Amino acid sequence: MSGIGYQGKKNIPRITSDRLLIKGGKIVNDDQSFLADIYIEDGVIKQIGENLIVPGGVKIIDAHGRMVIPGGIDVHTRFQMPDRGMTSADDFYQGTRAALAGGTTMIIDHVVPEPGSSLVAAFNQWREWADGKSCCDYSLHVDITEWHKGLQEEMEALVKDHGVNSFLIYLAYKDVFQISDAQMYEVFSVIRDLGAIAQVHAENGDIIAEEQKRILELGITGPEGHVLSRPEEVEAEAVNRAITVANQTNCPLYVTKVMSKSAADVIAQARKKGTVVYGEPISASLGTDGTHYWSKNWAKAAAFITSPPLSPDPTTPDYLNSLLACGDLQVTGSAHCTFNTAQRAVGKDDFSLIPEGTNGTEERMSLIWDKCVVTGKMDENQFVSVTSTNAAKIFNLYPRKGRIAVGSDADLVLWDPDITKIISAKSHNLAVEYNIFEGLEVRGGPLVVISQGKMVLEEGTLHVTEGSGRYVVRKPFPDNVYKRIKARSRLAELRGVPRGLYDGPVCEVTAVTPKVMTPVTSKKSSPVKLSAAQPVRNLHQSGFSLSGAQVDDNLPRRTTQRIVAPPGGRANITSLG
Amino acid sequence: MSFQGKKNIPRLTSDRLIIKGGKIVNDDQSFYADIYIEDGFIKQIGENLIVPGGVKSVDAYGHIVIPGGIDVNTSLQAPHLGMNPADDFYHGTRAALAGGTTMIIDHVLPEPGSSLLAAYDQWRDIADVRSCCDYSLHMDITRWHEGLTEEVEALVKDKGVNSFLLFMAYKDKYQSSDSQIYEVFGLLRDMGAIAQVHAENGDIVEEEQKRILELGITGPEGHVLSHPEEVETEAVYRAITIAKQANCPLYITKVMSRQAADVIAKARKKGMVVFGEPIAASLAMDGSHYWSKNWAEAAAFVMSPPLSQDPSTPEYLNSLLACGDLQVTGSAHSTFSTAQKAVGKDNFTLIPEGTNGIEERMSVVWDKAVATGKMDENEFVAVTSTNAAKLFNLYPRKGRIAVGSDADLVIWNTKEARTFSAATHNLTVELNIFEGMECRGYPEVVISQGRIVLEGGQLNVTEGLGRFIPRKAFPDYVYKRIKARSRMADARGVPRGNYDGPVHDVISATKSMPSTPTTRGPPCPGKTVLAAGRNLHQSGFTLSGNQMDDHIPRRTAQRIVAPPGGRSNITSLS
Repeated sequence: MSGIGYQGKKNIPRITSDRLLIKGGKIVNDDQSFLADIYIEDGVIKQIGENLIVPGGVKIIDAHGRMVIPGGIDVHTRFQMPDRGMTSADDFYQGTRAALAGGTTMIIDHVVPEPGSSLVAAFNQWREWADGKSCCDYSLHVDITEWHKGLQEEMEALVKDHGVNSFLIYLAYKDVFQISDAQMYEVFSVIRDLGAIAQVHAENGDIIAEEQKRILELGITGPEGHVLSRPEEVEAEAVNRAITVANQTNCPLYVTKVMSKSAADVIAQARKKGTVVYGEPISASLGTDGTHYWSKNWAKAAAFITSPPLSPDPTTPDYLNSLLACGDLQVTGSAHCTFNTAQRAVGKDDFSLIPEGTNGTEERMSLIWDKCVVTGKMDENQFVSVTSTNAAKIFNLYPRKGRIAVGSDADLVLWDPDITKIISAKSHNLAVEYNIFEGLEVRGGPLVVISQGKMVLEEGTLHVTEGSGRYVVRKPFPDNVYKRIKARSRLAELRGVPRGLYDGPVCEVTAVTPKVMTPVTSKKSSPVKLSAAQPVRNLHQSGFSLSGAQVDDNLPRRTTQRIVAPPGGRANITSLG
Repeated sequence: MSFQGKKNIPRLTSDRLIIKGGKIVNDDQSFYADIYIEDGFIKQIGENLIVPGGVKSVDAYGHIVIPGGIDVNTSLQAPHLGMNPADDFYHGTRAALAGGTTMIIDHVLPEPGSSLLAAYDQWRDIADVRSCCDYSLHMDITRWHEGLTEEVEALVKDKGVNSFLLFMAYKDKYQSSDSQIYEVFGLLRDMGAIAQVHAENGDIVEEEQKRILELGITGPEGHVLSHPEEVETEAVYRAITIAKQANCPLYITKVMSRQAADVIAKARKKGMVVFGEPIAASLAMDGSHYWSKNWAEAAAFVMSPPLSQDPSTPEYLNSLLACGDLQVTGSAHSTFSTAQKAVGKDNFTLIPEGTNGIEERMSVVWDKAVATGKMDENEFVAVTSTNAAKLFNLYPRKGRIAVGSDADLVIWNTKEARTFSAATHNLTVELNIFEGMECRGYPEVVISQGRIVLEGGQLNVTEGLGRFIPRKAFPDYVYKRIKARSRMADARGVPRGNYDGPVHDVISATKSMPSTPTTRGPPCPGKTVLAAGRNLHQSGFTLSGNQMDDHIPRRTAQRIVAPPGGRSNITSLS
């Protein structure tokens, strides 16, 4: 494995120098399982095999009868996310600590810049927060909360210099984060050219805004209004739309937070048609449903508020787990973004003000084992795929992360498939009062967690170090995603039909007064620009000649494109037959 | 049986006719009987009818007698770039009658920002003097703002319009945003009207047009390249989603692709009140002609959504029409001469859009669907006439052969075929997109308002004879289900005690993300939108005008202080 140079490896300080030997475990990768010992030094896996020759004085971990799996990658967290001056309750310390406790050794957090502010500045802010607090390795997605062409350079800088290869856009949160279809098209084109991955928060914000108004007018102000104003169809519609735009722009698409059966179906169908699209169900949607929004306990009902909401259909978790098992959905996140009850209570009289997000970073791995592996939907190798390897491949962390191999990072979990645990707010490692999985009994959990070659969980005790987490850079053009995209770009070249000049009569339009605007002269506005003021007089239709932009400016290289004598002779283009 | 607006209609005709020996075909059954017609109405149906002397007898032996076709989608007057369509109300309705269609519903296309009523009057004025057959009008909403509510109401209540079309394409011209669509759908549901949409994602189309022009592709093939099928499908899906939320009946005009038809079919299986209208062009032709080396021919096919490049599309759409997944057929007839189309000779986005089909529609459906065994004669009547009459509240005045119904009848020859050609058609345009197509089934005799207008291949139409047929709101066929759902759909809140725990303080915080949609408006073409406006809610200022929580209605009155079952302990942890 010495030939493989990992991205940014040189930049990473070697914090650890522990030496560990894991003996007798069954190593589980996404492709196979086998029995072997693992020797770890300096945070990297140095040897795998039987009867390894290792230096003396090495700490030995007994893994007989257990599985050793690559540490989980939580592809979606929002630790320390600001919302109206509040900050989510679990910050990078609390959050990554909980992640490690659950067997997750890397997280990818979302940078949420204030609309209109600099992406790089926001990115640096998040780096600062995370570098000081994070207990495990992390990386960052950047959210595009408002689009204008000027952001293109910042995105380029983030991709080339800062190791970001994924950007999220919002189709919801009207007038806050939402962007239009035309903007989405532009962003996707930029993202494709940069070799990054387009992520989308898929909900139709226009419909939601109208529904929220309607539901509030009905006098419904409690958390049930949240789910009533965000029906499943609204999620499925936006997923469908994002896929359509991604197809047109030949951009890889990643749908965050798949919460409903209909949305998952849309993704599955698009994949069957060949679209490069990925779906991310989260702990909450895999583990619980939306019936709790009707709880008489306001605080409990509010704890489930997330967008898209949990589906009130109780068969949803089982269905999403099945799709995850069959490969229609590929990766799992937690969308961990917690607020305590006092923070939630900001929306006690208006559900649309309740800060959104649920817990799940600690529970994710166990939930999936319990719902998928114990029930026989998937095997241990698929479990590794959906909790770690697929994420590493999509986001270009592989094989540094997501695999147990010589040269890979020593992020490992000793997994006990038989351990059972009851999830409860009393015993969880979070700062919030509520756990949405309260009382759920899950089988399967981590016995030992090794992060950067150091044991951070042993015998139920956490030994984390604040700030020891490294930022992991991700290069653009991940092979897993972009091989297909590149092939399609080459195929998709469009060609016009070579024709002779049309030499027949042309109807005169300039003399006519009615002022229907032509598609080219009308202003192509995106919401950030001024959209056309009432009925605009079309100056091109007057007798005036303008010295500035002309109506046919957009016809490029017209004359050079024309083939005056096409092969096969000149076509008689005005004949009627 | 009193028909809507009957009193207003002048009795122009006093012909008496008896149709003898034909097989009467309605959408539910076929039977042999004679038909006696007087004053433009069907007076008697049966055998051995006793009729006055001197009645003209029409022989229908060996043929079927069907209700005259209803063409639900024509644009005989809608201008493009100031050019009027080549076939106006006279030529268009004349061609319609020649093809066995005895009623059309035309689209009124007001200038964005202008009055709907004024446009309606303009269309009425022209059609009343030019139309040769009965007609009705759909109203297109080209730019929505709240001020139009009253006009819509007036049109529904006083003017006999019960269908309104919204555009999801033609960005910055006719396109409506999702919020606007939601608003309009809510209004139309309250009015009892039918929402129609032109379903294409205008944002994507515009970006694609830019891209394709930049590639140097300027010919008609650029039109279809910039309007891929998915873009139609996406918009259909979105329109259905919004209609479901608004509980409004939805009607998709111009279903042109397999995928779009599939989305409609699936939504219907889920119980949505949605209807799909394939047109003559999509039922007979595919989009291969856009690549024709003959510019004029390629341009003649330009319409939106475009004909699909998939050659299996026409057969598929016919199958869906036969099985009921699609319900009505139109022609979307809107023709422009080659010289008019040539306005876009160097830029496909300027080519005026529209194809012919008003004359060919009935024969196309017979040939593609009945002659091939996909549907029977009764289903043929359903998709060419009866379903449209039911949907748009014209039934049973139109769309049925029954005593009391209008005498709009066609004696249909099912045995012989004829060939479409620009050389023989009744249109003014030089090209016919169905050129050379041989179709089985055509009208022998066409009777409109009790008068024979086509017989022995001779058209005898009278300009201005066509009457405007008002259509009442709340058609049963559509609104019975909608009304039942409105009653069901009441959302109810959960009665809870007051939350009495601690509340995090946000007022003093500066980083506020208001959830009220007030500042950065959507790209709705009607209103002027400020560029990246400063969000005043984020400053420390107090405004005397609109407040952040204005939209929270009657908050205190809704609180249930002592809910049934006692006050719940809402701050406990489990």
